[in-house]
Amino acid sequence: MSDFALLRFRDDEPHDEPAVTLDAFIGQSNATAVRLESSDDARALLPQIAQLALIEVSFPGYRDGRGYSSARILREAGYTGELRAAGDVLVDQIPLMRRCGFDSFAPEAPIDIDVLRASLERYDTPYQKAADGAVPVWKLRHG
Amino acid sequence: MYKYDTYDQAIVDSRVDEFRDQVRRRLSGELTEDQFKPLRLMNGLYLQLHAYMLRVAIPYGTLDGRQMRMLGHIARKYDRGYGHFTTRQNLQFNWIKLDETPDILAELATVEMHAIQTSGNCIRNISSDQFAGAAADEVADPRPWAELIRQWSTFHPEFTYLPRKFKICVIAADEDRAAMRLHDIGIQLLVRDGELGAKIFVGGGMGRTPMISHEIKDFVTADDLMSYLEACLRVYNRYGRRDNIYKARIKILLHEIGADEYRRQVEEEFAAVKGLGLDPPRAELERITAFFGTPDFDTTPNAEIDRSDPDFAVWLDQNVKPHKQDGYAIVTISLKPVGGIPGDASADQIDLMADLAERYSFDELRVSHAQNIVLPHVRTRDLHDLWTALAAAGLAEANLDLISDIIACPGLDYCSLANARSIPLAQKIATRFGDLGRQRELGELKLKISGCINACGHHHAGHIGILGVDKKGTENYQLSLGGSGAEDVSLAKITGPGFSEDGVVDAIERVTDRYLEVREGGERFLDTYRRVGFETFKEAIYNPVLETNGGTK
Repeated sequence: MSDFALLRFRDDEPHDEPAVTLDAFIGQSNATAVRLESSDDARALLPQIAQLALIEVSFPGYRDGRGYSSARILREAGYTGELRAAGDVLVDQIPLMRRCGFDSFAPEAPIDIDVLRASLERYDTPYQKAADGAVPVWKLRHG
Repeated sequence: MYKYDTYDQAIVDSRVDEFRDQVRRRLSGELTEDQFKPLRLMNGLYLQLHAYMLRVAIPYGTLDGRQMRMLGHIARKYDRGYGHFTTRQNLQFNWIKLDETPDILAELATVEMHAIQTSGNCIRNISSDQFAGAAADEVADPRPWAELIRQWSTFHPEFTYLPRKFKICVIAADEDRAAMRLHDIGIQLLVRDGELGAKIFVGGGMGRTPMISHEIKDFVTADDLMSYLEACLRVYNRYGRRDNIYKARIKILLHEIGADEYRRQVEEEFAAVKGLGLDPPRAELERITAFFGTPDFDTTPNAEIDRSDPDFAVWLDQNVKPHKQDGYAIVTISLKPVGGIPGDASADQIDLMADLAERYSFDELRVSHAQNIVLPHVRTRDLHDLWTALAAAGLAEANLDLISDIIACPGLDYCSLANARSIPLAQKIATRFGDLGRQRELGELKLKISGCINACGHHHAGHIGILGVDKKGTENYQLSLGGSGAEDVSLAKITGPGFSEDGVVDAIERVTDRYLEVREGGERFLDTYRRVGFETFKEAIYNPVLETNGGTK
């Protein structure tokens, strides 16, 4: 993955330790970056979540939506480190991924930044609560 | 009826803007067809055999005259002057140009309509009982719950790339008029200890592997509903199969791991999410419920209905159902004229139905999953005037739930997935049984035709079901018997070798003849089938000569 393609929505410096596989992570107690395949159970990370600075979630094909659930599970468990979607990530998917808690993207094909910017600004308020802190419509309606 | 506030309107308007941009990028080549496909599907735009098809959402099948008239306008301006009402209570336009779809969506948005999530591997339009708010047997109007779920599921960030499409149905009566048990999630509202809540069924569906759903939870309150659905969907999103499109629906997951294990996983997920504040407050359900209040019914005494016109009397008996309010009735407008295309309506007919809804039914229309239109609240003294207006427009066919009230998919005339034509066969069957007296003698008989194994025509749920297949390059039709999508849900069983188009019409006639021979009392076809069993009918179908010679029975 070349660096030019990395999109980050965080202020801290990118983490530069290489990500290890879930299996390696479970057996290696000091790693700070891990890569989840789409079939991996994100909950397996929870006992050691505090030591992680980067979790990369793989999207082998854009139709494989398992990573959206992985991201929410990690954020719901309180993970605040970098959460990166990597692989077949399309520009029209990034707003949804942001809502699920991803804050970094390593798409395998270049993203048109103007299209992305417009698409991230398009919807003011979502209908449902998710992992991004956006206030849902029902909350605005009822306070 | 639900009315958009500024939030709802902003979301739909933004969607138009988004899709306009996506179409622009497709037309300029920035998006490949493969990349564009899931985006257009999420807006109900399919590429069919001859053109694009646009599927417009009609949430829980409810719309008003203004919205109905907009559908007529779009049919005239952008299509060929007609639209097709679908088994998911939506409307499809079959001759749409890609570059015009953003304008169509913009026009729809002016009347609080859209095409969001009418296809794609996401949560589809929520379906419901077409008699909601009018039926005497409901414990509550199911539509506020359906609207709550509509909002929750719209652009749900986690569940937009599911393994496969996902259909949710909400009903609130024991009589199931919406095929609830054949949905991915079926919800039946019920009252327990004075409180309204939801019984949750999961894992039903038709398609190539039909299954009836399992009861997963006996009671979920409004406070927990979104969290519970979130848990149901999350288990599916994580563990539903993605290796084989034909095994990707949630029914297969339940079949493979078992309903008990699925329930256990859902409960575990529910425990994890229910403290996260995902559920809207009660005030939101109350806000939505207020839109579905009781119409301002006229309770002054009504004159007796004059039944002296025999055609009117037949229509009354067949298409008009009792209403919860004295002096009112529920009218079904059949979109199944003999020889017509099931579910089709011309722009002029659409406009007329809009006018009649405004004049006679508190400005409300419904679409039923059987592809008919319902006027839910008609004063009984207006029935004759209504019927007269419908008859003048070819909309007074008195065949609700009779053999010619056929559900049929678009089939090979339109659909790129189909193996066989459905519409011409439906027309032949309706014509063969065209005599209304004969149809009424046969009584309730739900006949459903699918032009391929994907079962869009609900053939598994037909009292008589027909599946079109391709047999060495020719269209062949398999006959099945004994299905039901109602509260007595069951899956139809294939009779045996298939037939040609004319052959299957003959075979159906042998089935109905046998039914008339063996039925007892007021039995419906389905009751007789269940009592006497499959073999009696199979014998009638495949050994008709033996029968006429005296046979063995």
